[in-house]
Amino acid sequence: MSKFAGNEIIHQYLRHNKKFPHVLCAGCGHGIVLGTLIRSIHSLGIPKDDVVVVAGIGCSGRLAVYVDFNTIHTTHGRALSFATGIKMANPRLNVICLMGDGDALSIGGNHLIHAARRNIGVTALVLNNNIYGMTGGQSSPATPEGATTMTNPYGQLDKSFDTVELARGAGANFVARGTVFHVNRLEKIMVQAIERPGFSLVEAITPCHTQFGRKNKYKSPVDMYNWLKKTAITVERYNELPENKREGRLPIGVFVERDRIGFEEQYYAMQRQLLKPAAKGGK
Amino acid sequence: MPRRKKRKEIFALGNEAVVEGALLAGCSFYGGYPITPSSEIMEIMAARLPKIEGGVFLQLEDEIASMGAIIGASLAGRKAMTATSGPGFSLMQENLGYAIMAEAPLVLVNVMRGGPSTGLPTSPAQADVQQARWGTHGDHPIIVLSASNVQECLDMTITAFNMAEKYRTPVILLLDEVTSHTREKIEIPNAGEYEVFSRTVPSMPPEWYKPYEETVRGVPPMPPVGSGYRFHVTGLTHDRNGFPTQRPEEIVELLERIHRKIDQFFYDIQLVEEIRTEDAEVCVIAYGSVARSAELAVQQARDNGVKAGLLKLKTLFPYPRRHQEKILAKARTIIVPEMNMGQISREVKRVNMGRASVRTINRIDGRIVAPSEILKVIMQG
Repeated sequence: MSKFAGNEIIHQYLRHNKKFPHVLCAGCGHGIVLGTLIRSIHSLGIPKDDVVVVAGIGCSGRLAVYVDFNTIHTTHGRALSFATGIKMANPRLNVICLMGDGDALSIGGNHLIHAARRNIGVTALVLNNNIYGMTGGQSSPATPEGATTMTNPYGQLDKSFDTVELARGAGANFVARGTVFHVNRLEKIMVQAIERPGFSLVEAITPCHTQFGRKNKYKSPVDMYNWLKKTAITVERYNELPENKREGRLPIGVFVERDRIGFEEQYYAMQRQLLKPAAKGGK
Repeated sequence: MPRRKKRKEIFALGNEAVVEGALLAGCSFYGGYPITPSSEIMEIMAARLPKIEGGVFLQLEDEIASMGAIIGASLAGRKAMTATSGPGFSLMQENLGYAIMAEAPLVLVNVMRGGPSTGLPTSPAQADVQQARWGTHGDHPIIVLSASNVQECLDMTITAFNMAEKYRTPVILLLDEVTSHTREKIEIPNAGEYEVFSRTVPSMPPEWYKPYEETVRGVPPMPPVGSGYRFHVTGLTHDRNGFPTQRPEEIVELLERIHRKIDQFFYDIQLVEEIRTEDAEVCVIAYGSVARSAELAVQQARDNGVKAGLLKLKTLFPYPRRHQEKILAKARTIIVPEMNMGQISREVKRVNMGRASVRTINRIDGRIVAPSEILKVIMQG
């Protein structure tokens, strides 16, 4: 159903009392990610009251205010720590974290690896636009090597993070990547991520033409979407490519599917065990 | 009068008493990161909370995340706390500001140690008083409490939770290493012998609810996240609906309200103990473990015929101005002993406005202020 679902579904989930227009630039991919998230939640049939959207700071952080869920716009990089507290306090809730690349990988990097290690039942959506957009186009840990930014006017020297490998290494239960050009695929991934217990991470590649594209030879937003179209390749096909042909290609799809139970489930199971009358008198 | 039911007595550390107080007050969520000399609070919580139905103990990756997690838990309806010491307290300042702005009740215990930086991890100090007041950026109100003995650690932790819930604000409890590592006999109050206050939740239907509405008390009701009241919480300046705003009139309304909700209840928040102050010509103003030294010094001075008194501060901020005004009617000398370079004495001098002579005793070497040191200055008049 979601394939042809248009604005009728989206409008049910937007806050009518929030004064539009939104803060996003024309050509930005963030709205596409938000639309995908709304359709995923709708198709899973999760009531609005049971969804908590916890956002960080930056363009991605501003998305939370537009949707009619329980929304919490936190501090820069700390969204996952707030989300961890909420999920532990009330495990019944579906907690979804919206973060940017600077948010999740730089200032919030520590929280990201520990949320993954702990396997807390939160869905982390990393909106990667390869740049600090809201602050005016400075380098982020996801800015590609050689790119030009406000803080690397002579070209970025350091390598960028591979979000997927980072989350895999840290122990996330589910890790996937999609792009805003491949919307249906992104939606499928998001549905899987929300459904899976434990920590899931979805990296959504979403172009920032205003702060990244213009300075890096993408003359219009369309050029950026064409770049996504040309470079993205499914992870299955990517793995079949010989090493020398992988350079510059962006694998998308599901990378990690593990079945560890979420930290909150583990914790409350331990509590039930401790509270059993037999366990009390055991010692 | 009916005979009071005998209270349970335990022999406890200050840090243990904090845990007892927190659990009596209804704390069901602890998020923290180990740091000397506060770690016993965390360790005892780790043993106790999992054995209480719904109780959550969580060790986080750092103090920043500790604050994030307890704010999250608070928004989800829990009474939540953390404990730390100097360096960790510095890391908590960022999200402390968020809790003030989002009006999330929580309790933060800071067992002070010498600084700056790693400083003196195992020695006492009172060097975080002004950080507690002004550590997070921006104009903000804050409630800061202290305790001078182990019984007070328990009592003031209950008070801290009650104030946090009543005023929808973070409350900081400042202890020093002497108080938190002293072991003495304390009484655990029986149920009904102490007040427990929980935040007001909205009674109106969700569609009427405005999360940051102006109310008489200045404290809007607060539903737990996920209870059917869907709203937006942000650290940005926001309007009554919680949505970000840059309109001057809405910014002023918000900031004035969060100040007013604390300021107008000064009589409830400003707690002191007045010991022989009624006719005191020489008055000591002290808090924390130093107040114990001061109490003995005042007694000895009285034995020597000096009209001495002690104003013991249990609330440090908002500063109990009216109590100092009262002693200024008689006192010609005010003595402020502290384990820092002079932090609460700034407040004392601000209120004093040149009326009495203010003398300070400052120790910054990780040693306590002894009664004899205070007595010497009292006797100098």
